[in-house]
Amino acid sequence: MDSDDDFNSSQMSDEDIMGDQDSDVSVEDGLPPAQSMDQDDVGFESQDKDIMPSKHAFDVDFTVYSPQQIQAYQDKQIEDVSSILGQPPEATAILLRHLRWNKERLIDQYMEKTEDILESAGLGETAQTHPPRLEKVAGFVCDICCEDDANQDTFAMKCEHRFCVDCYKQYLSTKIKDEGEAARIRCPGDGCNRVVDSKSLDLLVGEDIKDRYQVLLTRTYVDDKENLRWCPAPNCIYALQCGVKDKDLLQIVPTVHCECGHDFCFGCSLNDHQPAPCALVKKWLKKCEDDSETANWISANTKECPKCNSTIEKNGGCNHMTCRKCRNEFCWMCMGVWSEHGTSWYNCNRFEEKSGTEARDAQAKSRQSLERYLHYYNRYANHEQSAKLDKDIYLKTEKKMTALQTTTGMSWIEVQFLDAASQALQQCRQTLKWTYAFAYYLARNNATEIFEDNQKDLEMAVENLSEMFEKPIDQLQGLKVEMLDKTAYCTKRRIILLDDTAENLKSGNWEFNVSLS
Amino acid sequence: MSTGAKKRIMKEYGECMADTPPGMKINFDEQNMTEWEVLMDGPDGSSYAGGHFKLKITFPNEYPFKPPVVSFKTKIYHPNVSNDDKGSMCLGLLRPDEWKPPNKVVAVLRLIHNLLVEPNPDDSIEPSIANEYKENRKEFDKNAKDWVKRYAK
Repeated sequence: MDSDDDFNSSQMSDEDIMGDQDSDVSVEDGLPPAQSMDQDDVGFESQDKDIMPSKHAFDVDFTVYSPQQIQAYQDKQIEDVSSILGQPPEATAILLRHLRWNKERLIDQYMEKTEDILESAGLGETAQTHPPRLEKVAGFVCDICCEDDANQDTFAMKCEHRFCVDCYKQYLSTKIKDEGEAARIRCPGDGCNRVVDSKSLDLLVGEDIKDRYQVLLTRTYVDDKENLRWCPAPNCIYALQCGVKDKDLLQIVPTVHCECGHDFCFGCSLNDHQPAPCALVKKWLKKCEDDSETANWISANTKECPKCNSTIEKNGGCNHMTCRKCRNEFCWMCMGVWSEHGTSWYNCNRFEEKSGTEARDAQAKSRQSLERYLHYYNRYANHEQSAKLDKDIYLKTEKKMTALQTTTGMSWIEVQFLDAASQALQQCRQTLKWTYAFAYYLARNNATEIFEDNQKDLEMAVENLSEMFEKPIDQLQGLKVEMLDKTAYCTKRRIILLDDTAENLKSGNWEFNVSLS
Repeated sequence: MSTGAKKRIMKEYGECMADTPPGMKINFDEQNMTEWEVLMDGPDGSSYAGGHFKLKITFPNEYPFKPPVVSFKTKIYHPNVSNDDKGSMCLGLLRPDEWKPPNKVVAVLRLIHNLLVEPNPDDSIEPSIANEYKENRKEFDKNAKDWVKRYAK
């Protein structure tokens, strides 16, 4: 489920965000962000903006970049470092990629042991020589295609592994197109680790492959940097920068908002899952995915017929069971043959025995933990489902509103409150959904009561707003003000809940009944 | 498949004939030169001694830019050969990121030969067999020989 909440991504000035950006190898200098956003969700309640602080405890700083900006920034970095090292840009690019764009480390290592770093980056000796060119070599036989035509063009990098141009081209396009490699394509020579630089590549391949190569390079750049991440939404082209590190993920849930409208977690790339931290989300999803809970239910609620092994759920009545399938009559308690129970019709002797008591305890315990899980799971799943239904209703309503616009002459802007309400609902349900996964793992302490109150309030607000969507179309226009109010209230309740959970998470006030690490 | 690739396969066949690794025999069909059948004797002194194994080497359309594909047609108890009807091998040279176009089939044949003499449990496709090879060589030998008797006579 994605909540396309681009409507509430208020454009802020970038100053303060850029200001406290992480100071390590950073993208901020010289790169204007595509758009910088703050998670100020108040949307329509503009008056609240003055009262409430602009930054919430659950907000993280982040910046959105387009591929062009990333490309331009890469180029600039390469140029800068190139002039420091005195290496041509294409070799510098390889060196930077080799050290995962840590330019300080590159410069240090380069100054200290130039040869070593060139060698390990696959550049061999100094790359600062004559530009790559095609050559015709007498008596040459290509080791790949076995062609020995003296007129064929051949190519070799500094390592002198020479092949005919056609094979070299074919090799590069196979690597780039089929295998998606870019930054680390090695010389085709057997055992040679020299990396193919972009200048050699330019000489050998056509435009389409060059373009693909650039795309792949940009991709590895983002993948290489810890503080950059691609937006996981399908077909989205943006990358986001955020200073939150893996080790911070136990104290913070870094939800970021992409330019395309997709909200996701910078820590794990999953859809926004505030307030639950990544580690809990992972556990929860695994738990829901596993069939173990179904099995648990079966073990808590059913037994097998001692004769034909059919699974039987006891749906009330006495212990005298008759298997519907094989007509076997047995006792539910001791699983023994019923006829041996003599006259004690409704009371099995073994009921009071130790083994019987233990079996009962085990069954009760299993049932209890299952019921606890189901309590949270049902609510979690319900919000997921309801969010879908809300959206469906909204889409239907929207259609009718468009019709209404044309018939009654209402303006487009006048029906936007519905859109806002729908967006808020989606977002709040997404949060609510995860509060239940969060609560499942939460151990009871002083803070949990406030959390549960917040949860209850948000839930009530959401259901109230959701209900309004079901009203007939002709009434909707009259409910505009009420709907706006309820939308604002929902959003506010969500912020309160997330603020509280984020603050407590940061200061370690939550206790979980599982280990997070 | 390009004429260049065909030319290369022909040439490689010539090389293999001139320098066939010990205990191997190649059945080459000029009508279908992208599939080679290799008959191989288990190397003397190895757990596979006395066995006769049939292998298939398939050259992909992109050969030699992609590695050839090796599969054991005879079942073999080996940490580096998948224990299924494919009998595939995927290590060293045979991995797409390791393979370089100038590499030759004869090197692949040598690799297979060497792996029968000395399996590589650290890069295994069958972890349980690899584990047994490392922890309980006796049991491994017994199983390998057992399979030779059962499938490779």
